[in-house]
Amino acid sequence: MQGRRLRTAVAIAAVTALAVGAAGCAESERDGDSGEAKTGGTFIFAGAGDPKNFDPIFNDDGESFRPIRQMFDTLVTHKPGTAELTGGLAESWEHDESGKVWTFKLRQGVKFHDGTPFNAAAVCYNFDRWYNMKGAAAQANMIYYMDTFGGFAKNEAEGAGESVYNKCEAKDDGTAVLTLNKYKGAFPGAFALTSLSIASPEALKKYDADTVTQNGDSFAYSAFANEHPVGTGPFTFGGWDKAKGEITLNRNPDYWGDKAKVDKLIIKIIKDENTRKQELRAGTVHGIDFPAPADRKALADEGFQVIDRPAFNILYLGINQKNPKLKDLRVRQAIAYALNRQQLVQTKGPGGAKVADELMPDTVLGYAPDVQKYEYNPEKAKQLLKEAGAENLTLNFYYPPDVTRPYMPNPQEIFTILANDLQAVGIKVNGVPRPWNGGFKDDVQTFGKHDLHILGWTGDYNDPGNFVGTFFGRAKAEFGDQAMTDMFDAITKADGTVDEAGKKAAWEQVNRDLASKWLPAVPVWHAPPAIVVTKDVDGLVASPLTDERFNTVSVKQ
Amino acid sequence: MLRVIVRRLLQLVVTLIALSALIFIWLRNLPGGPVDALLGERATPETRALLTKALGYDQPIHVQYGKFMQRILTGDFGNSIRTGDPVIEVIGRAFPATVELALAAMIVAVGLGIPLGYLAARWRGRALDHLTVVGTLLGISIPIFFLGYLLKDVFTQNIHWFPPSGRVGIGLDNTNITGFFVLDSLLTREFDATADALWHLILPAVTLATIPLAVIVRMTRASVLDVLNEDYVRTAEAKGLRHRTIRGRHILRNALLPVVTTIGLQTGALLSGAVLTEKVYNWGGLGTLITDSITGSRDYPVLQALILLAALVFVVVNLLVDLSYAFIDPRVRVR
Repeated sequence: MQGRRLRTAVAIAAVTALAVGAAGCAESERDGDSGEAKTGGTFIFAGAGDPKNFDPIFNDDGESFRPIRQMFDTLVTHKPGTAELTGGLAESWEHDESGKVWTFKLRQGVKFHDGTPFNAAAVCYNFDRWYNMKGAAAQANMIYYMDTFGGFAKNEAEGAGESVYNKCEAKDDGTAVLTLNKYKGAFPGAFALTSLSIASPEALKKYDADTVTQNGDSFAYSAFANEHPVGTGPFTFGGWDKAKGEITLNRNPDYWGDKAKVDKLIIKIIKDENTRKQELRAGTVHGIDFPAPADRKALADEGFQVIDRPAFNILYLGINQKNPKLKDLRVRQAIAYALNRQQLVQTKGPGGAKVADELMPDTVLGYAPDVQKYEYNPEKAKQLLKEAGAENLTLNFYYPPDVTRPYMPNPQEIFTILANDLQAVGIKVNGVPRPWNGGFKDDVQTFGKHDLHILGWTGDYNDPGNFVGTFFGRAKAEFGDQAMTDMFDAITKADGTVDEAGKKAAWEQVNRDLASKWLPAVPVWHAPPAIVVTKDVDGLVASPLTDERFNTVSVKQ
Repeated sequence: MLRVIVRRLLQLVVTLIALSALIFIWLRNLPGGPVDALLGERATPETRALLTKALGYDQPIHVQYGKFMQRILTGDFGNSIRTGDPVIEVIGRAFPATVELALAAMIVAVGLGIPLGYLAARWRGRALDHLTVVGTLLGISIPIFFLGYLLKDVFTQNIHWFPPSGRVGIGLDNTNITGFFVLDSLLTREFDATADALWHLILPAVTLATIPLAVIVRMTRASVLDVLNEDYVRTAEAKGLRHRTIRGRHILRNALLPVVTTIGLQTGALLSGAVLTEKVYNWGGLGTLITDSITGSRDYPVLQALILLAALVFVVVNLLVDLSYAFIDPRVRVR
């Protein structure tokens, strides 16, 4: 009897040891590799969430864009590591005097992954596809298109305006001419939007890309979007194993630009932040995004490469002028003077963060160096509150404690410090924590229930309209629904100014007025979001727009 | 027996209908929602309104519920709001992961729990008994997510015996037939993949097994102690029956009845434990799906189907437990 028990115990131990041992051996073989960085191998990056699908036009979030950017190209792109525009699928571009007619000279000899040629007809097919998209389900998912072009051939949304897009003509294989109904300052920057990537017309047709079907309270996307995304990018689609949470992309040997150095790119979806970090430490993934500020130093000390992206974002303290007390400019200025932003940056800012004086980074056209600045001055804040008769002010301060954003890695701590500063000048603060998707966005952006809130933005492309135009170009519940028409008009005018010098001057004036006359929000900081890779990784170029292309990456074999 | 089954099945239908209404109304009254979750900071009010309309959230809740029930009755649970995949497909992918984990946890819990409980009872008052009592108390009291993170930290970050997360190694080219990775790799004779899948399974299974293991040990110990004092055991010993026969036929068989009930209840409870365990180990099963559907994209269709499925599993498992009484205890059959 004893013998049998012992045998059973030994058998169990043996099976366990076999499993651990065999897998351990596999691991040892992986660990045993060392040497020079060279081409080949696999680069594994940890994603934080499922992509929605791979059809660029129906996506607007970073987790979907990460794989899409490896498979698709845009007409215009950014110089690696900067927000500066350079040629993508278009080698050059120009617009006429009116700013309405854009001519793109296209790169020759480029092929889509399915072997079909990239040419002007393909470019126009894509623009026409977006403009003519039918159905509420499809249109409701084209966030960036809507933001850029403002309408469709037939709008499904009530209140949507006329589209900026008019037509696209293929003059010859290498020349596409885009005609707009009016000039828009977002261009040419917006041509670099990942959503506006150029897809293979043949594949779009073959895999029924335009069919977004509504089923009850959800949508189903096409085979193109899920299984056959075909672009011109440095990687081709290998598959999305949803059971394992792995997206596999393969090197495109025919890529027109710098060919990928690794044979395979795997994006492993790991939703828990702590687990992503542990996988990095275990060496099973080569890179993670957006480490928590508290982990940065430890990771760097452990030998990981913590690469700061140049800051291309803004964190602001929004002020809702629906509260009559906050309509008084002196009260808003008092709030600005009350904040010790320098101390906040030093104590809670990610490495490389800096105090923001304007609501956009200084690398964006129209940044005015001479705006009114609000140095920390609690006495002045108290005096302004007294002058405005707002000495016993009580404000509801909304913040989302449950998320980290590239511009806001630690909302709870940021709130605490800002609230303390405000209390110090006599403003009573009621902190209102609301989950990001459990009331914060609704209460702040739809209903405007707050008095103060923290929020921010990461730029999509290098244009002032993408920062201040987005926030203050129209009435929003976030800042109070009253008609701040002079602000809206000034922004519309700046956005519609065609000549470069005039545009620069107009935006500079907008920034000056935002700081001194309107002050709808207090800029807090620009924070560089980091990306972390193991020491075996070479060639990763961090992008201020989080627009990393992994074709430059190699992994030591 | 047939009447019992029919009655229980009718109860099941009523339970599920009531539950579906509750979930439906509750989800739609939560702050935030899929529209917010789907749209980032960039959406215009027009797009927001269009999406609300396109998803049908602008209609009165009873209309929405009516449509929902219509679809459910035709077996259509809709599509995931996040990825657009049919809900059945999404759940079908996650289901084997959770079952594989739960089965492994149950094998650990039952395989260790019954012998340990039995030995503790047999050697009552001795060191093993004391150790078992303290150990099970610890097992029941330790929060599962804490244990998960603790085990993970020790075994994956410090001594590197196990991988931190996932069901198989990243990039492993294993064949997926049923979604049960261990089974699939055995079927296809990809033994490297079997070892890899088992290697990934051990820590999550041990984590998830902790509470059921502790409960089973305690229940077995208490039950065996009760039975040991029964007259028939004394009689059997007096009759000079072999210890093996007394242990197997008289003690364990009688003592196991409440233990089987416990196992049934614990199997249902494993689902809630799986939510935390899967989160810790990025397991990709139903637990992960539930948390993602609530906290991430507010994926109502997935969430609704999942809660209904969980209720269904719970009720069916308990029905099976009731039926197994008849198998273990002939008196139930007679009654």
